[in-house]
Amino acid sequence: MSAPAGSPHRDDHGQGDDHHGEHHDEDGGASHATLKGYLTGFALSVVLTAIPFWLVMGKVLDQPSALALAVLALAAVQIVVHMVYFLHMNAKSEGGWTMLALIFTLVLVVITLSGSLWVMYHLNQNMMPVSTQQMRNMP
Amino acid sequence: MSDLSPSLAPGGAGARAAPRFYLSGAHHPENGTLLGFWLYLMSDCLVFACLFACYGVLGRSYGGGPTGAQLFELPVVAVNTALLLLSSITYGFAVLQMQRRRRAGTLAWLALTGLLGAGFVGIELHEFAHLIHEGAGPQRSAFLSSFFTLVGTHGLHVSFGIVWLVTLMIQVTKHGLSTANRRRLMCLSMFWHFLDVVWIGVFTFVYLMGVLP
Repeated sequence: MSAPAGSPHRDDHGQGDDHHGEHHDEDGGASHATLKGYLTGFALSVVLTAIPFWLVMGKVLDQPSALALAVLALAAVQIVVHMVYFLHMNAKSEGGWTMLALIFTLVLVVITLSGSLWVMYHLNQNMMPVSTQQMRNMP
Repeated sequence: MSDLSPSLAPGGAGARAAPRFYLSGAHHPENGTLLGFWLYLMSDCLVFACLFACYGVLGRSYGGGPTGAQLFELPVVAVNTALLLLSSITYGFAVLQMQRRRRAGTLAWLALTGLLGAGFVGIELHEFAHLIHEGAGPQRSAFLSSFFTLVGTHGLHVSFGIVWLVTLMIQVTKHGLSTANRRRLMCLSMFWHFLDVVWIGVFTFVYLMGVLP
């Protein structure tokens, strides 16, 4: 974790803890912000928003499952676009700690979502309402 | 770790320098505040993950009540999505103005962002009022309970984001684009874009997939 030599902001680390933020602020997220980046991200997300709305509202695909998969995939792509162009995520920001936190969170989110849906789907299957006829024959 | 107490080790020359009790060569995060705020956003992400999981489990339990296909008006949702997306890019322009130290431009873009956000919250409140008026309030079915909780939590976040934004606009008006204010604006930038990311999940998972048979 050695400081990159080219960065001018790293020089007075350690000696001057008092004037925190004097140099740091322009770094850390903001430095990656460019007009081109924002416009690219905006154009991509407009397209990635318009397509799923068009797919669903225009009833383009017949199969609901295919439609759901397509919409989910487009949402995943759009989230990545927002992360890169608006939140300026990359593997190097804050020495990689933001990316590490993001990956950890994603793992938890995936476990929470897929675990809940999986378990509860099976519970629902076992709790299907039974008819009165079936009820009468129950032990 | 080896240089924790380097200046204490040579006993004879102990008087030559004051002992240092910090790591001079250690890695600091470039900006602790932004990293800390990012960690907060990640924990907020877990809150939304729980609410999404809740909606995913309960979203089809209509309890004999109205379904998503009957209730959701996709054109309204599309307008809302457009408002939030536009507010993201206007906040981006505010950050660009901030980097060039243009106070008036920053304030103007922030004001536009706030107006777009307020429009979003307004439309959402109108939608909620309409649903409750129709008898499709949060107490009607498990689907509607989880729907109001998830979408309402997101709306609450946006509302508090607007409060924060107005506060920062006053701060910038009074104290200019100082170092602290620029840091705060970057935190709000992350918060605002994060809410837009969550909204992608909401309009996809709740609205678009909710109207599918």
